Amino acid sequence: MPSNIVLVTGVGGELGGKLLVRLGSNPDFERVIGVDTVPPPPRVAARLGRAEFVRADIRNPLIAKIISTARVDTVVHASTTAHPAGPARRGAIKEMNVIGTMRLLAACQRSLLVRKLVVKSTAAVYGTGSRSPAVFDEEAPLRPPSPTGYVADAVEVEGYVRGLQRRRPDIEVTVARFTNLIGPQVDTVTTRYFALPVVPTILGYDARIQLVHSADALSVLELATVADKPGVFNVGGDGVLTLSQAIRRAGRVELPLPKGLLPSIGKVLRGAKVVDFSHDRLQMLQHGLVVDTTRLKREFGYVPRWSTLEAFDDYVQGRGLRPVVDGGAVSESLSRVALAAARRR
Amino acid sequence: MVDRDPAPDFVRAGGTGADVLGAGSAQVIPLPGRERQSRSVAEPHDAEVLAMPAVRKARIEPEPDPLTRALEFVHNRLTGNYDVDEFGFDEELTESLVLPVLRVLYDKWFRVTTYGDENLPADGGALLVFNHSGTIPLDALMASVAVHEASGRHARHLAADLVFKLPFVGPFARKVGHTLACNADAERLLNDGELVGVFPEGFKGIGKPFSSRYKLQRFGRGGFVAAALRSGVPIVPCAIVGAEEIYPKIGDIKPLARLLGLPYFPVTPLFPLLGPLGAIPLPTKWHIEFGDPVRTDAMQVDVDDPMAVFTVADQVRETIQRMLYARLAERGGVFR
Repeated sequence: MPSNIVLVTGVGGELGGKLLVRLGSNPDFERVIGVDTVPPPPRVAARLGRAEFVRADIRNPLIAKIISTARVDTVVHASTTAHPAGPARRGAIKEMNVIGTMRLLAACQRSLLVRKLVVKSTAAVYGTGSRSPAVFDEEAPLRPPSPTGYVADAVEVEGYVRGLQRRRPDIEVTVARFTNLIGPQVDTVTTRYFALPVVPTILGYDARIQLVHSADALSVLELATVADKPGVFNVGGDGVLTLSQAIRRAGRVELPLPKGLLPSIGKVLRGAKVVDFSHDRLQMLQHGLVVDTTRLKREFGYVPRWSTLEAFDDYVQGRGLRPVVDGGAVSESLSRVALAAARRR
Repeated sequence: MVDRDPAPDFVRAGGTGADVLGAGSAQVIPLPGRERQSRSVAEPHDAEVLAMPAVRKARIEPEPDPLTRALEFVHNRLTGNYDVDEFGFDEELTESLVLPVLRVLYDKWFRVTTYGDENLPADGGALLVFNHSGTIPLDALMASVAVHEASGRHARHLAADLVFKLPFVGPFARKVGHTLACNADAERLLNDGELVGVFPEGFKGIGKPFSSRYKLQRFGRGGFVAAALRSGVPIVPCAIVGAEEIYPKIGDIKPLARLLGLPYFPVTPLFPLLGPLGAIPLPTKWHIEFGDPVRTDAMQVDVDDPMAVFTVADQVRETIQRMLYARLAERGGVFR
């Protein structure tokens, strides 16, 4: 039975909002309802079309009422954030993530009409360290790097989702674990980090990073909603970049700092409301995280159109990041000098 | 065709000049003569001028001079224009910078001789099992060079988690193609058709006292055999002779090791006595032998039967021990 009436959470965000527009323009759905505490961004709101926006808080019992009265059969939970853009109140985000998910899933369990659930999760749930494998597949155990961070929330959220699956085996559940989202319009801790003119890194470490373009992330969520693709899937672009390589591609200046110093630098940046350096982020910057996307390609049937490198370059160009240090120009003048010297000899 | 055209022209022009010179006339004559000749055939002259850069480029492209190559490397580094695989292996860096440096140590310092190069497969995955020794894993680096010299392929070693915990060492290991010694990574590499190097003795092997040199230690949990069996790749037993004597470990300062979070803090006759000078490895003569591959695809062994897996591991261990003793009996001395 195909999906008919869809509820999307987190439409106030970039990804959720765009997903609402996409699903709203799909004639196969009878109704598409987006909920969030904040309305979608203006340029998204202008293109809503048939999609509806309901200002509702998923932590509120009202959500159960919406699901039952609108006869929702498919729920797309895209409001969880593991990488909030800037420093925000930790408590508020945790509550939104964890309590919100609990409430939403409780409502899904109650409503017998709900037959499908799509959850946006993060690849950070695998945790990373010196003892973790280079590439994680979906079977790898979930180890949050810290017991209280955003990643721990994401692990908790996945735990609730598994709980729902146990109690309502008739609901088809798709969990998409996204690597760091990137794109010209994406505003996350990652995009803010690379936009800094001087990028602080951890001295003596060079993490591998894997990115997914926001267009690919959107397509995966859309495909999961339109077609039935139950299971857990890693979503990431092909290939990896090392942190230092990415910084050079963006023309930023790398500033390696001893690991002990970074939390205090992080506090300053946090205070200036620029970027958040949580313990989870530091762990990422130290060891990096790469996932295996074979299952996404084979079983889910989606091949990301943007590789990590292409996605990053698109972000650099789309954001109009002007290089602080132009590596190309430096090497050009260097080669001019070297060639002249060689010719003289 | 365009490339070839000007050449006869040149020969002809030069020939005319030489003839004129040979005739004993004034030296001014050949120049106007040449000019006149080319002016009289205006079209070919144009073609000649156009063709010249093409000829030069064609000559340079296949064999760029070292300077051009170095500049290209620097350009790629500065602009981040290079590929890194999912394990963090940076082939360009390894081939342009790391291997040439290691090769000096390999050729001049340790004067490594290899045997059984033909036992390394030209393509497809294989698991190379090495003995481990020398206090500092120089043997792994030399093994990488040996594999690259013998087969032109890159050895992807599996290293202990300590390596990836240490600053600078960890990223370096990843960049030269090493990864964590765990089944997931080993099988992923083997299934990708890579040559995977393992040192199953681990710290027990590399940190053993000088008195027990060339005595193979216990082979971990035999996980490497399971990985090879699951991927169906051959196991190549390999023996390294000469690495044991580079830092003869005669003592171990345990409290210092605990303080630094290291498995041991070595004392050699020269270290820490001579300070940094004592950290220079002794210039022993090395022999690296690649043994006959053990085919696992034809083996009737159940991967889930630990006893069978251990048997294969012991078999490989005994082969390497035999190879070590044979090489030791053959070598003339430690340093030559």
